[in-house]
Amino acid sequence: MNMIEAIRDAMDIMLAQDDNVVVFGEDVGYFGGVFRCTAGLQAKHGKHRVFDTPINESGIVGVAIGMGAYGLRPCVEIQFADYVYPAYDQIASEAARLRHRSNGQFYAPLVIRMPTGGGIFGGQTHSQSPEALFTHVSGLKTVVPSNPYDAKGLLISSIEDDDPVIFLEPKRLYNGPFDGHHERPSIPWSKHPLGEVPEHHYHVPLGEAAVRRQGSAVTILAYGTMVYVAEAAAAETGIDAEIIDLRTLLPLDMATIETSVKKTGRCMVVHEATLTSGFGAELCALVQESCFYHLEAPIERVTGWDTPYPHALEWEYFPGPARVGSALKRMMEA
Amino acid sequence: MAKAHSPIKLHVPEPAFRPGDTPDFSSLDIPAAGSVRRPPVHVSPEEIRDLAYSIIRVMDDAGAAVGPWDESLDSATAIRGLRYMMKTRVYDQRMVMAQRQGKTSFYMQCTGEEAVAVAQQMALEPGDMHFPTYRQQGLLIAAEHPLEEMACQIFSNPGDALQGRQLPVMYSFRESGFFSISGNLGTQYVQAVGWAMASAIKGDSKIAAGWIGEGATAENDFHSALLYASVYNPPVILNVVNNQWAISTFQGLAAGDSATFASRAHGYGLASLRVDGNDFLAVHAVSRWASARARSGFGPTLIEWVTYRVAAHSTSDDPSQYRPQGEASAWPLGDPVERLKQHLIGRGAWSEELHARAQEEIETEVRQAVRRAEALGTLNSGSKPSIKEMFEDVYKEMPPHLRKQRQQLGV
Repeated sequence: MNMIEAIRDAMDIMLAQDDNVVVFGEDVGYFGGVFRCTAGLQAKHGKHRVFDTPINESGIVGVAIGMGAYGLRPCVEIQFADYVYPAYDQIASEAARLRHRSNGQFYAPLVIRMPTGGGIFGGQTHSQSPEALFTHVSGLKTVVPSNPYDAKGLLISSIEDDDPVIFLEPKRLYNGPFDGHHERPSIPWSKHPLGEVPEHHYHVPLGEAAVRRQGSAVTILAYGTMVYVAEAAAAETGIDAEIIDLRTLLPLDMATIETSVKKTGRCMVVHEATLTSGFGAELCALVQESCFYHLEAPIERVTGWDTPYPHALEWEYFPGPARVGSALKRMMEA
Repeated sequence: MAKAHSPIKLHVPEPAFRPGDTPDFSSLDIPAAGSVRRPPVHVSPEEIRDLAYSIIRVMDDAGAAVGPWDESLDSATAIRGLRYMMKTRVYDQRMVMAQRQGKTSFYMQCTGEEAVAVAQQMALEPGDMHFPTYRQQGLLIAAEHPLEEMACQIFSNPGDALQGRQLPVMYSFRESGFFSISGNLGTQYVQAVGWAMASAIKGDSKIAAGWIGEGATAENDFHSALLYASVYNPPVILNVVNNQWAISTFQGLAAGDSATFASRAHGYGLASLRVDGNDFLAVHAVSRWASARARSGFGPTLIEWVTYRVAAHSTSDDPSQYRPQGEASAWPLGDPVERLKQHLIGRGAWSEELHARAQEEIETEVRQAVRRAEALGTLNSGSKPSIKEMFEDVYKEMPPHLRKQRQQLGV
């Protein structure tokens, strides 16, 4: 399966298993979503369970919160993460706080799916990575899958979770494990072991990272597309990096991170989002708090620049394998 | 050569009267009680567009119930409504006093608007869900929610069902059909629509009631709510309480001078009514109408309740700074408690003596309930909610980083 099929399969299974699950968003019903993640679900489960909404993101999340209060489990789509801002008040002030402010009388068991990241010539309004805007809000969980197997298992876990989950889908990974070499032919998921997706219901638990590459020289903390960029950079530099795919940014699997950094003595954080106040800043702080006396070099961050995502200069913005590779070499010299 | 134009000027609305002026509401067009027609509950929205520009009233100036919206409500129910309104007012007075005595940080009264929440609550059914603002305490009182529990929330004491997490008056009582109040205005309106959509998805017969003030109709979520209500036709009542003032901002700044708030529904093709919010019998009858319409699958109704905020916005507000003295007594729709009282006396079902006795009973009941709550503590005395609890319910299960922070606080 590719990542689109895996995500669709998770929703399909959950719609069949639990009649409180509903799926909706812009172009999600009859058409099946602009990235086809919900294709066929309305025909199979009915238009009361899977339906289109008006182009109104605060309404999508607002009605989902009301439905959650009633007892449903909405799994909604925001067409691009770049479009989520009108819904931010409903997410940050309402969904995230409802359980706490009502002392558990009401809660918001929502999943808010949205394609994230660049690399598809989407320009500044179809390429953003706003994960740090969600990890900063207490009460939310934030998930970023990097492959079809994880996407299905994490989405099932997210739909079954009783807290609101922000589910960011790196759109450049929908069809294959993109490593940043945009000049090369793309590789489909059918040629990658993590494109093997079981047909049955299974979980990838929230809050557990995965070590994608064992290594001894440096720990690279990455998620989404950057996992493959990091793999390419390690292969091309010959530096024996340990690559951790965080999978869930919050709750964060600090145990896996700490074990690895204490072993390697070096840490690099890679994300596509802009640098300043990005999630990388949090990772740097946490790593130095727990591993300071094991660090042999300053923690490095390789990220998108603090500019809007440029259309024509996409690859100058994107933190590709060359930038990650040269940072790796610099770190090893330190 | 360029044509000479005179400069364009920005229009900034101003209320007709400010402090020092003599208030005069004669420009408010008030139809005679009983003069507005009553359509069938299945009426199409376009057939009642005129009703968004009128005011449905049942009680005339002498207190008699007249016209097609008079449902001849039985005396026992009407007296119950009167007592709930009186209790709401007494409770408010008691809580303002408690705030002045430093027993809580903040309070918000609904003086003059009691009929809106009380009568609607009595017109709906158990299992229906209200998505209120901070000025619908009458919903809880008419649901006979224990006063002591309400007072414990105001005092943020160990009896507070919300563990001191919420600003006073931001109640949440699921079992009384009362959704958790948010301080962010308007957010609940679209959530009410979502709750009603869920009821329809599940083939249920319960309805939702969204509440918003006229000032907050300016928020995006008001328009999102009307949009989703018009698209999916869910069983929801969309209440707009037009009490004329949003803190210091008069209703004209939410564009209430260019069109009625009821008429906002027209652009969305929704049924809409405008009603005398100080007329208990009108509120009850119109709420029953909208409830029957929603429950029968005919969809949402937006209702503008025309009323007046007699008290300050909150205990942190001083309305003498921005509106004239005596505006409340100049308000032409009167006082909801006084009007229902006169109606019941006219009907022969009530008297000054019974009223005085009821007032005394209610004051005793409220005083005793508040005393029981105070015995558990107030904001500045007695024990506080458990500090440990502060970290609970951020998530269903506490994640490691919160557990660590709780340890750092030493609890």
